[in-house]
Amino acid sequence: MKVEKDVTKTREMVYETKVREVMTGQVITVGPREPMSTLREILRRNRVSGLPVVEDERLVGIISLEDFIKWLADREEDCPIEEKMTRQLVTVHRDDPVVSAVDKFDKTGLGRLPVISREDGRLVGILTKGDVVEGLLRKLEVDYRAEELRRHRASYIFEDIEADGTTLAFQYQVRGHDFERAGESSTRLKRTLRRLGVHPNVARRVAIASYEAEMNQVVFTEGGTIRARVEPNRVFLEAEDDGPGIADVEQALQPGYSTAPDWVRELGFGAGMGLTNIQQCSDQFQIESEPGKGTRLAVSFFTNE
Amino acid sequence: MTLAELAEKLDLEPAAARGRLDNEVTGGYASDLLSDVIGNAEAGNLWVTLQIHQNIVAVAAMKDLAGIALVNGRRPDEDTIEKAEAEGIPVLVSRLPAFELVGQLYRLGVRAVGVDDVE
Ligand SMILES: Nc1ncnc2c1ncn2[C@@H]1O[C@H](COP(=O)(O)OP(=O)(O)O)[C@@H](O)[C@H]1O
Ligand SMILES: [Mg+2]
Repeated sequence: MKVEKDVTKTREMVYETKVREVMTGQVITVGPREPMSTLREILRRNRVSGLPVVEDERLVGIISLEDFIKWLADREEDCPIEEKMTRQLVTVHRDDPVVSAVDKFDKTGLGRLPVISREDGRLVGILTKGDVVEGLLRKLEVDYRAEELRRHRASYIFEDIEADGTTLAFQYQVRGHDFERAGESSTRLKRTLRRLGVHPNVARRVAIASYEAEMNQVVFTEGGTIRARVEPNRVFLEAEDDGPGIADVEQALQPGYSTAPDWVRELGFGAGMGLTNIQQCSDQFQIESEPGKGTRLAVSFFTNE
Repeated sequence: MTLAELAEKLDLEPAAARGRLDNEVTGGYASDLLSDVIGNAEAGNLWVTLQIHQNIVAVAAMKDLAGIALVNGRRPDEDTIEKAEAEGIPVLVSRLPAFELVGQLYRLGVRAVGVDDVE
């Protein structure tokens, strides 16, 4: 579960990060008519394994360490770089997502990609696999620090309180059939959890469950209560109403089962997925209901792995 | 890609929370059933829907979506705009029908992130 979410995070990052954020902006280049022999010094001094060949700010080729070594080995006479360079150019744009660069590294087996400005086709940087890895690690680290900070804030509250057990409790009143205010309790709960430093993923999951429970109270009952308890290792959510209750709980839990009236369905509610969503986003789920008496949901979310 | 870039390319008209158009779009989700969106959309997604009532804002806020795109030129209700401003959820209006808008988004590289191995 934990691993899965972290993978999603890295994957999101590969889509969100732009080439320009991780590329090397200062590029050493050579001209197409400079002699091959000049490369020896340039490659050695700058410790690079390849150079873009540029004419009038436009990329015309790429010359690699391998090209240079091959030329040395063949003991040919000196000649302009343009005769030995690779003209088949695989490039990326600086506003491309990193994922498209990774794709190109993968498909071509190349070690470096020149970065081109989309507006005027100028060479604006160079991207190596190392740049990508380094850039993503840097971002992950920033994220990680922010996360540490949040954890610290949350644990801080509990550390500061002297008691044998600590719980922060919040209660929200839900009004039945009030579609205007529907969702407000859950929105407020989510904001509160975030302020407390609860991890965004956990806050989101709690809010989702709370929202579905709240909507059920709005649609099917005269109103109810939503309570949340934040404990050191979990968030506990309780939704209670004294509405009509559910005759067949088993059936109500079936995905797609709904008794919502047509006009409610037209608003996009009543997909019969509410209780399923609550189960899926929580770590523990309990439902008790009695016809004529009411319904109670008890849901837990663990905050420490 | 940001919402602003998409809005510009697809002629989407910002109707609320214009200040948040630099939200990055990680992917898209299209549905008119709120629980479906809650269950299946991913944080950072752009949500394509024809629902215009204010509850869509709560759903988007709950899921940390990047924004909402309304189809068929449907304009958000007054209180939807109000809520969207308060929650900072950008709402964009497209003249296109859902099928067409989703096609255009897909062409621009907006995918269903979270759907594994779509090749
Ligand atoms: N608090 C409640 N009081 C009475 N009935 C409820 C309550 N919550 C859920 N139900 C019943 O369970 C069914 C399934 O609920 P849910 O999965 O949220 O789907 P939906 O709300 O889309 O109908 C509802 O259609 C309704 O019949
Ligand atoms: Mg429901």
